[in-house]
Amino acid sequence: MKRAAPVRSGQAFVGAAPRPAAGRVRLFVAATAAITLSSLSLAADIPLNERRSSYEAMSAASKAMQDDDSANPATLWVLDGEALWRAGAGAAGRACADCHGEAPQSMHAVAARYPAYDAKRQTPVDLEGRINICRVEQQQAAALRPESKELLALTAYLARQSRGLPIESNDDRLAPSIEAGRQLFQRRQGQLSLACAHCHDDHWGEKLAGISVPQGHPTGYPLYRLEWQGLGSLQRRLRNCMIGMRAESYAFGSLEFIALETYLMWRARGMPMESPAVRP
Amino acid sequence: MARALIKVSPNPKRGEVIEIKTLISHEMETGFRHTNTGTAIPRDIITTFVATYNGEEIFAAQLFPAIAANPFITFYTIAKESGTLEFRWTGDNGYTASEQVKIAVE
Amino acid sequence: MGETGKHRAGQATSSTRREVLRFASTVALGGVLPSLAVRPAAATPATMKSAIAAVIGDAKLNAGRVKLEIPPLVENGNTVACAVAVESPMSASDYVKAIHVFNEKNPQPNVISVKLGPRAGRPAIATRIRLSDTQTVTAIAEMSDGSFWSHSVNVVITLGACLEDPL
Repeated sequence: MKRAAPVRSGQAFVGAAPRPAAGRVRLFVAATAAITLSSLSLAADIPLNERRSSYEAMSAASKAMQDDDSANPATLWVLDGEALWRAGAGAAGRACADCHGEAPQSMHAVAARYPAYDAKRQTPVDLEGRINICRVEQQQAAALRPESKELLALTAYLARQSRGLPIESNDDRLAPSIEAGRQLFQRRQGQLSLACAHCHDDHWGEKLAGISVPQGHPTGYPLYRLEWQGLGSLQRRLRNCMIGMRAESYAFGSLEFIALETYLMWRARGMPMESPAVRP
Repeated sequence: MARALIKVSPNPKRGEVIEIKTLISHEMETGFRHTNTGTAIPRDIITTFVATYNGEEIFAAQLFPAIAANPFITFYTIAKESGTLEFRWTGDNGYTASEQVKIAVE
Repeated sequence: MGETGKHRAGQATSSTRREVLRFASTVALGGVLPSLAVRPAAATPATMKSAIAAVIGDAKLNAGRVKLEIPPLVENGNTVACAVAVESPMSASDYVKAIHVFNEKNPQPNVISVKLGPRAGRPAIATRIRLSDTQTVTAIAEMSDGSFWSHSVNVVITLGACLEDPL
């Protein structure tokens, strides 16, 4: 039995990437008009001092796995990422290190402020997107596929350089994307006609099938999810959420996912990064 | 991704009991899963893990599909002398991996 | 055991359940994604008993001296912390020879078997295991004098709320 098409709300833009752009453009234009971060609506947001990372709800064993680098399987990807950072790639035979030097210095606090606004492209770009832009333009190498071992390794290595640092989201140019992401977060979708906000803003901390509903802050990505028995990105997790809600997921790298990521990072601003985290 | 991570105190005192933590990347495909169309996915796991200390075996484990992916095994040994700890993993489909760590015993 | 409906060459013989699952998938990525949806034959307490018997023969299984530590309530059965510690002087004449861990409900009753000796210093191991369902896990220590000691723990596995497709 094929999954039924998601119940469409009144909004024009839905679903995966190859869709008419008109609806999406309409949404972004509406969101752009003279919005600054300070004017973003705070109705129904979790109060800043009540925000909690889902780390706190984990079992002691899972916390121990995250806290000990020698027990955290994600460390294996971080090590691979370090090797990739140093390895020459592409027609230029250039390594990330050739331009960026040592990542602990040059990439310090970088992941904590991604997605970041790309002035040249006039759009936010997430960390995976930025890595691929560098690969294609600077290294003349092929872009790395979403959720590929190499892309996850590099993302994990970079994100690790922000561990413990507060998430930053204070670029006014991101405001339209944050607002678009907020609308996606609050939009009813799928067979259950549920919005992300229903669980993660309104009912966090309550139980669903024995599991405590998290607030959904992306403090630890990419993370080792016990369910996956592997490392995965925030987009993979969002995809799982949407499928779990019986909605049609957005495509990897889509504008919708980037808007959601940008919104979620703004929603988690000030919270410390845990990457690469462990989650059940 | 053939990566192993070993954590052991590099400078233990002679006679001290030291903890050795090992972590290796491996999917540990159980052989009990099926694709969406019902085809069985064949087993592909690490089956044996052996640790030697200056050539002498100090630990050996037989692993089964019930071991979680990216096998993590912690065990202990007595720091007898300086030298090399060697770790070897073998498994299905001719899989082998090895890692070495030097320790200097005071 | 007969096939009903279409099937591709080389496909495993299907049961009614698999027929339903074949058409249940909607994923456009093709039919080769792994899924946990089909439940394989599970071990039973009887299977665990015979796996234990294969190790201890007809020796007596004593309770005590072994401490199996598993969280009583587990968020995800894919990765469960599991530690075993044994009381033993670990001298040349009195030491733990081996530690074996068994489970009751996974498709297979063995979890891990470890060979130790006096050089171990501390007769303890820790690892991470998979548990398919709420069940009993048993750790058995084999001593140098041929005696066997055990400890069993009941573990409750909770499952996540939102079922997801693999990728």
